[in-house]
Amino acid sequence: MAYKLIGKNFTPPDIEAKVTGAAKFAEDFRADGMAFIRILGSPMPHGRVRSIDLSEAEKVPGFLAALVPDDIKQPGPAGQAILSGNPRFYGEPIVAIAAETEQAAADAIAKVRLDMELLPFVVDPIESLKPDGVNALGDGNIAGRGIDLQEIKWSGRTFALADEGEMPRGEAVIEWAFGDLEQGFANSAVIIEESMVHASCSHHAMEPRSAAAWWENGKCHVWGSTQSTAFAQPGLANLIGIPPSDLVFNAEYCGGGFGGKAGAYPLMALPALMSRKLGGRPCLYRASRAEEYDNGYARGGFQGWMKLGFREDGRLLAADVFAVQDQGTTAGFPDYNNLGSAISICFQPEAMHFRALPVLTNTVPKGAQRGPGENQAANMIEPLLDKAARELGIDRLAIRTINAPGGGGHDATIGGDQGPVTSAYLLEAFERGAEMFNWAERSQQSGQRNGSKVKGFGVASAYHSAGSNGFDGLLRITPDGILHIHTGVGNLGTYSYASTSRTAAEVLGYDWDHVVLEYGGTARNLPWNLGQFGSNTSFTMSRTNYVAAMDAKAKLLEIGAMMMGGEPDDYELQNERVVAKADSSQSISFGEAAAKALELGGRFDGSEVPENLNPMTVQAASAIAGTGLMGVAKDEMERRGTVPALCAGFAEVEVDVETGRIEIIDYIGYADCGTVVHPQGLAAQMRSGAIMGFSLAMFERHVYDPAYGRPNARGLYRAKPSGYLDVPAFQDWGAVDEVDFQNPQGMKGIGEPIQGAASAAVICAISDALGGHLFNRTPIVTDMILNAAEGLPQSYNPLATNTV
Amino acid sequence: MDGIAPYDPTTQYTSEPAIKEIGPEGHDIPLWKPVNMSRRAFLRGVVCSGTVIAGSAFLFSTATKARADERAVERMIRLTVNGRTHTVDVAPNETLAHTIRYRLGLTGTKIGCNHTECGACTVMAEGTTIYSCSTLTHRVRDKEITTVEGIAAPDGTLHPVQQAFIEELAPQCGFCTPGQVVSAVALLQKNPKPTVDEARLAMSGNLCRCGAYDHYLRGVMKAAERV
Repeated sequence: MAYKLIGKNFTPPDIEAKVTGAAKFAEDFRADGMAFIRILGSPMPHGRVRSIDLSEAEKVPGFLAALVPDDIKQPGPAGQAILSGNPRFYGEPIVAIAAETEQAAADAIAKVRLDMELLPFVVDPIESLKPDGVNALGDGNIAGRGIDLQEIKWSGRTFALADEGEMPRGEAVIEWAFGDLEQGFANSAVIIEESMVHASCSHHAMEPRSAAAWWENGKCHVWGSTQSTAFAQPGLANLIGIPPSDLVFNAEYCGGGFGGKAGAYPLMALPALMSRKLGGRPCLYRASRAEEYDNGYARGGFQGWMKLGFREDGRLLAADVFAVQDQGTTAGFPDYNNLGSAISICFQPEAMHFRALPVLTNTVPKGAQRGPGENQAANMIEPLLDKAARELGIDRLAIRTINAPGGGGHDATIGGDQGPVTSAYLLEAFERGAEMFNWAERSQQSGQRNGSKVKGFGVASAYHSAGSNGFDGLLRITPDGILHIHTGVGNLGTYSYASTSRTAAEVLGYDWDHVVLEYGGTARNLPWNLGQFGSNTSFTMSRTNYVAAMDAKAKLLEIGAMMMGGEPDDYELQNERVVAKADSSQSISFGEAAAKALELGGRFDGSEVPENLNPMTVQAASAIAGTGLMGVAKDEMERRGTVPALCAGFAEVEVDVETGRIEIIDYIGYADCGTVVHPQGLAAQMRSGAIMGFSLAMFERHVYDPAYGRPNARGLYRAKPSGYLDVPAFQDWGAVDEVDFQNPQGMKGIGEPIQGAASAAVICAISDALGGHLFNRTPIVTDMILNAAEGLPQSYNPLATNTV
Repeated sequence: MDGIAPYDPTTQYTSEPAIKEIGPEGHDIPLWKPVNMSRRAFLRGVVCSGTVIAGSAFLFSTATKARADERAVERMIRLTVNGRTHTVDVAPNETLAHTIRYRLGLTGTKIGCNHTECGACTVMAEGTTIYSCSTLTHRVRDKEITTVEGIAAPDGTLHPVQQAFIEELAPQCGFCTPGQVVSAVALLQKNPKPTVDEARLAMSGNLCRCGAYDHYLRGVMKAAERV
């Protein structure tokens, strides 16, 4: 279908401010009389505060106020406190102090005297599962989404039955299965059985989670750093303890989130609470890099086991998967669920048994991180497919294509309930990507040696659910003819807040120059939108903008009929005018229609809105009612099944077996993301997401001192994201560009699997360069490569995590 | 929503007020006005009038005044930033990033790590890139400092690097972008026609967690064709 805007590049409205330095992030907030906040984090991984002595701190010149845990409401079990008297991880905030200057606040923090009792702690999930293992939260060691805090210990027998390096498999709280697993293994030509570890790692957002707040006329104003604007507001209001309508929330820019700033989080509420104590005085909390590492969430690591049975042609007949997730100290994110779903969609096993257990540790709380669970799944399982292919004597691409869902995915299923998907073209992504990469010829160079460098090639795929529904769209046409699209999705840097708004402009036939985007803060009157996370924006927000635009279109046609006679069906929209189909000389401009809407009032100008809207949308619509012709609606269009974002990745690496250095020579990602809405934006994501994947494969991991429970990866250089010199200068990419029929314009998201496909492809390529050596550990770091190249044993316990 | 919605710590809370005790009954919250003044207006009104900048209440200041006085270190210095000379009260242990962000109000320069790891704070001193987070302001008091705000022409015309970064959709979240811009401009001032490898090397001090290196690099090479 020929579109005017969709599929075309454009200049996002916020990009110039980013290159000139005019963009204002939370830390850039300034106000007369602003006070500064510093926090005191826990010096131990698990403790109880007996007393807090502020007497010396209060004497520091400039001291204004302190907040301690007793001042602030506390969360339920396995929740995350704003300030805690029972810190469960190193650096968890205990005391906050506001002062006239940041230095005075820091000086006062240094004068705080804490009397604390050290409590038992654990940093390795498996250690907590042992019969005498420590519970990270005292009362329990298991919690997750929908899983109450509880204690589970595996018997000594469970551990004894596991071979050296084999993952013990005791009681799990998540379990599902489909198909005949035993029969599948019985029919298999090759069975691969391995245990593996995937490290936890930080989000490394470049902007630490700073926040500023003040109170004015009973309203609380917050500048926060979050990926999501509308979605974060109710949660932040709840943290502050006010109705959402009393919170004015600004989140115009977010200096990186990657899931770690998906919505509201406790530290974002701190300046508001301090400001309230200071009678509304503006307060800024500027998080240091170390505090960002302490409190900035992390990807949940896994210790796992998989048994995979393959037919002679590579078809996956049976998959038995067991995974323990490191949940940190909170109920966290259910990466474990996504791990199972990802394996089921990418490889369509005929039978599958999945068990998982989220185990708490005294480490940083785990939140969603780009492809939470799905990308770990790719890194853990893809090397096993390579091993199976080698044993079966088939091509490593062929073992993937025979299992990949394709052709639209009409027969594809996902998860334990074998639910449908809205579309799937992973097979096509493999086929077209392989052609672009020239896999057939290039992969023949596998193992070629140039001095100490050995070539390796890898291919892999990844998945993430990529769309939701049920949210609201809001826009208005003002009498000057300008289209204002209100979008609350957030500004993560993908520019999808803008690209998905173009769907509304497309429906109404607008020139992009006549469109104003209202975004970045609730003062811009935002509708209830899902946040910018989970690869969902393209699918979800294009639908909400579509339904709002269709509402506006219906009203325009209705007004056309009122003003020019006849029925709405007698008119159509052309060049920002309502035009009679029978006589194009009969027309009114959108501006004239908007003026008529103001005259008509009621539903036309937003004075009356549909009853099914979210209260946030109702409030926003109410605020802008009477300013133009309003389009407002809830997305109640049908959505059957999971929306899958899928990506195939192809990598060439050179592994220096004398230094352990890995050089990524080339990488191509190929996406199944539905209609391409913004080619340049997709290109940027394909390339940059892959780069984040390279880091995941080669660098990023948490390391805790097992004796003291202190994190050692609290700096960018210690758990480092890739730099310019770690990655190829340029990458090619491609997209299948087949529509998803449950989105009116065929779109679905892609943000997360582009990372997982890249990380897994690189891991497979490294393994390939080393003759198919399986590390069964992510990331693969230098010393691991050197040991493998030399045939030496690795330096770690095979299942150990967080400690190496 | 399952598998999409992030962990929401806020669901762990009840809806009771967040602070148990909030001042006296009927406490009247005073009106605090945020500063919406532009940099230009602020500087015109404060700096150029000769007012010492540290006198403004919103600015970061340190508690090292007494120690500084004891050491008789001159705190009042003249600092030239983006072609304008400012009289600034600078503590002896103050970093350039703090001076330009908190005393001069030039918030385009970002502090990502404060440990010379990320490059978000990159500025130029006499055309050479430095990490302002780890440079003492007193060390560069005699240098001509250029921040991201000083890259575009005075009439607002973007520098070729800025324009190319926009055209290549290089910035994503934008937090590292000011540092990337300054590093690229510094490179092209010294080497107007860099090779790709020279450009990568010159830019390698600037981390981008979004991973937008490919597009930044394309921007640098495009800008090199125009300078």
